[in-house]
Amino acid sequence: MHSIVCVKEIPDPETPASAFAIDPVAKRAIPAKDKPPVISPFDEQAVEAALRLKDGKGGKVTVISMGAPTAEKILKHSLAMGADEAVLLNDPAFEGSDSFSTAYVLAQAIKKIGQFDFIFCGRQAGDFDMGQVGSGVAELLGIPSVTLAKKIEAKDGHARVERAFPDGYEVVEVSMPALITVSNELGEPRYAPLKGIMAAAKKKVPVWNATEINAESSKIGSAGRHTSMLKLFIPVRESKCEIIAGENEEDTANKLALKLREVKLI
Amino acid sequence: MADNKGVMIVGECVDCAPVAITYELLGGGRRLADTLGEPLSAVLLADKVGDAAKDAIAFGADKVYVIESPLLKDYVTDSYVGAIEKLCHEIKPNIVLMGQTPMGRDLTPRLAFRLGTGVTLDCLDLKIDPQTKLMVQTKPVYGGNALAEIVCEKTRPQIATVRPKSMEPLARNDSRKGEIIHFDAKLDASKIRVKFIERVKEKVEGVKLEDAGVIVCGGRGMGGPDNFTPLKELAKLLGGAMGATRPPCDNGWVPATLQIGLTGKIVSPTLYIAVAVSGASQHLSGCSGAKNIVAINKDAEANIFKVARYGVVGDYKKVLPPFMNKIKELLKG
Repeated sequence: MHSIVCVKEIPDPETPASAFAIDPVAKRAIPAKDKPPVISPFDEQAVEAALRLKDGKGGKVTVISMGAPTAEKILKHSLAMGADEAVLLNDPAFEGSDSFSTAYVLAQAIKKIGQFDFIFCGRQAGDFDMGQVGSGVAELLGIPSVTLAKKIEAKDGHARVERAFPDGYEVVEVSMPALITVSNELGEPRYAPLKGIMAAAKKKVPVWNATEINAESSKIGSAGRHTSMLKLFIPVRESKCEIIAGENEEDTANKLALKLREVKLI
Repeated sequence: MADNKGVMIVGECVDCAPVAITYELLGGGRRLADTLGEPLSAVLLADKVGDAAKDAIAFGADKVYVIESPLLKDYVTDSYVGAIEKLCHEIKPNIVLMGQTPMGRDLTPRLAFRLGTGVTLDCLDLKIDPQTKLMVQTKPVYGGNALAEIVCEKTRPQIATVRPKSMEPLARNDSRKGEIIHFDAKLDASKIRVKFIERVKEKVEGVKLEDAGVIVCGGRGMGGPDNFTPLKELAKLLGGAMGATRPPCDNGWVPATLQIGLTGKIVSPTLYIAVAVSGASQHLSGCSGAKNIVAINKDAEANIFKVARYGVVGDYKKVLPPFMNKIKELLKG
């Protein structure tokens, strides 16, 4: 059983709103000084999904990322969690990508890796929330995709997948090889054990560039984009909060209830 | 690309009737089509579409393409994408719209890549740029902390999914004239690689979150599953629904179906009582449609107070019981 997982390095989504700032010219967030970049949370769950299959069925997990050299950190984290191999896809020509050119680079890297049973991706990246790279990679590779997975079981060349729905869940069966995008309902990703962290620190992560993955220059980076971002801005939220305070909690609570009654919200 | 004309919306139906998002897409689609001076068409796919086609005309469509097949009875990616791909090759739309629903978010990326074009998901606003005539797609990014305006310049169709309740339907007009066309998608069962097995619905007591006029939401600060019981009671008292932010769901304190947020339910109640909710942007993305937010939180610096109308800085365990008693008293009198 060989699973390939696609992971992305993003500014920490737990950055409090008060510390969030953007560069409107570069059209991206300015990372808060005390918050280093992290693995996109749904992608970490994608690693977890692959590792659960490996727990049950054995086999190998390969993690790949298209990113800056710093993305090696999230690949090492994935190795520490239990993945077996990692590859960083880095090339100046990959800069300025959108979902299409990102999916194209990942698909080319996967073609170079060769045989696989599953590809796991997060349902959407925690920075741009575009939600399409996973499905896009599947389409470029000509394989079926199942999105929003919360549980995956593999048996006899088929996978039984439970998909998270607003009012419950859905069960589908998909032939393998298949690409699965993972949602938070899958559950918490495992902690990387110290032993894993130390072993991962020693591992060398190969870096592949555009030539090494046979990428056509017209399909990568900003050249390959199908969409363009015209503007990035922080919407102005005008709101005045009236703080209700009393002599003690009971008094405050009464005042709040009376206020809501007064303005006819109750 | 100059050949591509018309706005096409892909609607959703249940039992031969369009669901709300379909009417919203028709309303938004109509406005875009009129701005462009191009026609508006709707596509309805099911084993049986029935009267839904006539409803679509009454709500603004000039043409309705009906695609019926037993292979379309339950949504799976391959059959639906295949059908719409063929229709797009036939009618060459300029714009294709779907709802940001389980179907829309699964179908449109696959369709966009199949057609070699671009797509933007979860749009809050769509408008036509007066100079370029491109559809400018506005969507939340960075968990809802920022908004991005995106265009699809060189390829067609321009595809987008629209957040439910962000577009106004037109008023129903049964005297509107339109054409209903049955389209044979020539679906090949052997090309369908995903098999639908079953849908398991979680029982929702009372009002659905998406429709509730009053919502009581518990956050990470609730601390555990039992602490949600008074919230449920408060919601019931006020005739509303109970929800939660993502951490209580991820921790298993409440069912995942109660999650309100960017990747959960998007709600728009008149009254939203946030208990022990910090107000992270991903959560606010789900409840920013609330007309009045009331926040109870120990932390005076919590982000929720920046968006709330009324706030109480205090321990919810001490504030909630007298609050509920006073409400019971006020509702009786």
